[in-house]
Parts: sequence; structure tokens; C-alpha cells
Amino acid sequence: MAELNNSDIKIVTKDVNLFYGDNHALKDVTLDILSNKITAFIGPSGCGKSTYLKTLNRMNDIVPNVKISGKVLLDGEDIYENGVNVTYLRKKIGMVFQKPNPFPMSIYDNVAYGPRVHGIKSKARLDEIVENSLKGAAIWEETKDRLKQNALGLSGGQQQRLCIARAIAVEPEVILMDEPTSALDPISTLKIEELMSQLKEKYTVAIVTHNMQQAARISDYTAFFLVGEMIEYGETQQIFSRPKNKKTEEYITGRFG
Amino acid sequence: MKALQTNNASNLKIKQHRFVEILLKIFIWVCALLTVSFVVGIIIYILVKGIEGMSWNFISTPAAAYPVENYGILGNIVNTLYLIVITLVIATPIGVGAAIYLTEYAKQGRLTKIIEFTTETLSGIPSIIYGLFGSVFFYSVFKLNYSILAGSLTLAIMILPIIIRTTQESIKTVPIMYREGAMGLGATRWYMIRTVILPCSIEGILTSVILSIGRIVGESAALIFTAGLAYNLPNITGIGDIFKKAMDQGASLTVQLYQYAARGGEEMKYAFSTALVLVIVVLIINVLTKIIARGFKKVK
Repeated sequence: MAELNNSDIKIVTKDVNLFYGDNHALKDVTLDILSNKITAFIGPSGCGKSTYLKTLNRMNDIVPNVKISGKVLLDGEDIYENGVNVTYLRKKIGMVFQKPNPFPMSIYDNVAYGPRVHGIKSKARLDEIVENSLKGAAIWEETKDRLKQNALGLSGGQQQRLCIARAIAVEPEVILMDEPTSALDPISTLKIEELMSQLKEKYTVAIVTHNMQQAARISDYTAFFLVGEMIEYGETQQIFSRPKNKKTEEYITGRFG
Repeated sequence: MKALQTNNASNLKIKQHRFVEILLKIFIWVCALLTVSFVVGIIIYILVKGIEGMSWNFISTPAAAYPVENYGILGNIVNTLYLIVITLVIATPIGVGAAIYLTEYAKQGRLTKIIEFTTETLSGIPSIIYGLFGSVFFYSVFKLNYSILAGSLTLAIMILPIIIRTTQESIKTVPIMYREGAMGLGATRWYMIRTVILPCSIEGILTSVILSIGRIVGESAALIFTAGLAYNLPNITGIGDIFKKAMDQGASLTVQLYQYAARGGEEMKYAFSTALVLVIVVLIINVLTKIIARGFKKVK
């Protein structure tokens, strides 16, 4: 792991433990997420990869009976410290979910939702943000003539790109993606993957995926999770060609999962 | 095939099953038919009995002081409208607020269970008890005397469970992924409720309001002791008088029906005419509910 330290570290997690009631869902997870890279979290269902992702922007806070210990540092600042403004944190760390979840409102209002949350009211400014965000999510051409139409009329793949546009509209620094293509067809998946490669130029991207080929294709770093533990973490190429841990090897060669 | 043909015992069983099934089917048909015929029967009965006293004069003029011979229900129609508006203005915000609290803010546990149980119990209490309570509490303690306001406050308590329960149910159907989406963008809970949850559950809230209107229009027992028996039109000469009317007595259509029926004799036919008006209003409300519900489904 020594070679990782040279790059710019965006998020540090140290000894993160998470309990859902009595269920020990994350066990001493320590890993660093690097700026302007795509970091993928892989592992079988229930291994804690999504849970881990959600600790990074405190989305687990809304789940009742959750206990979290350890440190999560964003640019050196502990996001679980008392007095941290969760609204501001989530502005910095945006999220895209497994199922496309545009709100049942117009395409425009969907993208403008985040900026409005953070107090932007000027119509001209919002217009500009909406256009730039939709362009950034590679969906502007398809939507520019129907910004006032209901977002639920879009196809699944378009909806997910809209959700990405919605996420980048608040100018986050990090984008978390929780299996963003698992509900999409192959062509839409491809589009989203292309988009991710573009996104990492401006943002730090962390993605949970079920699809190992996807992790291998798009990510720079990969972490393998198993029953709440982070088993192995390293450059994607190394993880997939020369895994150090036996379990990682078994998983990526398809012996379980 | 052969096995089936030769096995007489099982053939017999199949026949028995079929016989039971036909019997059950007939039974269910009779039940359904009875229900429909009750409803249709009542409507026809009221129509026939009510048409006699019905006239344009009956619905367009207020009754003149008894025993002067003018029978009209315009005053009562106005009173009923007052009751509907004031009751809803009081109960809707409280009910929707309570529903939001229960589903979005309160920690799900014993307290919310107790509150939900209480609301449910509240909706099962006979309305005359609300009337009794209202007459003591609002009439005497709050010194509202017999007034439309006292009646509305009593009705407001009565319809709260409808509004709370219906709104709660519709808030619960808002997909969790909308909440996650909003929270993930940094929205505070209240911002999320205002911009996502409430717009998504507006259908349920509207349904609860319409159901409540039905309940208000149909209520009599809770009003006799609280809103009084007056049937005159408000004497409106300025804007202030519109509000002052709330402090006057006012019998709703149902209470007026009760008065006509209680006096009996010649006035019985006016009781039926009032009933006819009520039935038509209730029908309209039902149709309205259906149309609104369908309209929302189309939008979704």
C-alpha cells in the first residue's frame, strides 16, 4: 500500500465499526480514497460495501439503531464530530443510488433541487447550473427541449444520468455511487461507465458494484469486502491480476459470491 | 385418463366440491344483491317521499319562524357550508401536522403506538359523546354558547382521526428512495417534507378532506348540543358579519331534518325533502372523491 500514499488522499477512514442493533456490519475498516480517482468496492451481497459507502456521507444516520465508531476524515476533517453540518457535508459528498430515483417533478426541478436546498434562488443562476449539470451528465441533448416535463417520463438509463446531473448540480467534491447500473440495461450501463471516466477529472468517485467486470473496466483502485471486513485494497489492476489474499482470488475468479 | 375415469370415489368428491361451490356462489350473489338493493331502495324511498315537499322555494329560502308556513332550508345549507369550512380550517392543519410528526419525526416506538391507538379509538367513539363533550367544553368552559364555532370545534376533534390516519397512510407510501435522494442532496428533514413528501401525498390529504366533508355533512348528534337549532340566514351587511355568523347558532341540514322529523305530521315530508338534498350532496361527494383519486392516478 506504500505506493498509494504519494497521491492526494481525499477521504481517510480509520477503524470504522458499524452496528445495526446487534449486527456488526462493518469491522475495523481502514482505507484511503484518493482524489480524482475511481475507487470501487466489490464483494458478495451483504458484505458491507454499501454500508461502508453510506458512512462516507452519513446516510446511515437516517437508519434507526445505528452505532458507528472510528474516524472518517474528509480532507482531514472528521465528519462524525459534533457540530458537523450534515447538509454541508452532503453538498460536498453527493450520492447516486442503486435505483434511479428522480423526484416526481420536472427535469429542471430535479436538477435545481440541490442548488435550491443550498439557497440558490436566482433564476438565471439556476438555469445555468441546470444546463451545465445536464451537460456534465451527458444528458443535455436528450432533455434540453423538455426540461419542464416530468422526469419520470425518461427511460431508466436517462433517469440515472439525470440523478447524476442532480448530484453534480451542487458541485460536490466526491460522488458516491451505490450500484448505479445494476437496474439498467447494457447500453445505458455503458453510457454511465463512460460518464464516470469523465467525472473523475473533476470529482473523486467511489462506486459500489456487483459487477466485477465493471470494477475492472472503470476503477483505478479496488477494495474487496467480505462479511463486514475489508479484505484487500489496492490498484485495480493488481487486485484483478495478482490478488494477495486467497479470498480475493477466490472471489474474483468466481469461486463464490 | 383411465385412472381418472375408473376412480369413482374421487369423481364423487369433485361433484361435491362443485355443488358447494355453486351454493357459495349463489350465497355471495344474494349478499351482493341485497347490499345494492338496500342502497337503491333507500334512495328511491327518499326520492319518492321527498319529492312532495321539494320545490325551488324549499331550497332557495330560509324557514320562517315556526309556525309561520314557509318551509325552506337555505339557512341550513349556509350553516352546513359554514360548518364544513370552519371545521376543515381547524382540523386539516392539525391533522396533517400530527400525521407528519407521527410518520417523520416521532421515534417509532411505544409512544407513537399509543398515539395511533388513541386516534383509532377516537374514531370509534359515538358522535353523541362528542356532542356532550363539546357542549360542556366549548359551550361552558370556552363560553362559546350554542354557536357554529362550538359545533365546528367539536366536529374538528371528531374528524381528526380521519385526517391523521389517511394522511399517515399516504405519507408512508412515498418511496424511501425519494427521501434518500433528498437527504443525499443535503436537504433538511423539513425541506424534504415540504418539497417531496407533501406533494407526493397530496392525494391522500385531499381524500381525507373529502371524507371529512362527508362526515361533517352527515353529522347531527354532535351538533345538536353545540351548534344549536337556528335556521335563519346570516344578516350580512359588511365583511365582519361573515365572520360574526360563526358565533351565531346554526342548525345543519341534518339537524334540521331531525327537527322536521321530530315534529312529525305535516312536516315529515320536509324531513324527507331535506334527506333528499343530503343524499344528493353525499352522492356528489363520493363521485368527487373518485374523480380526484382517478385524476391523480393519471398524473402519476
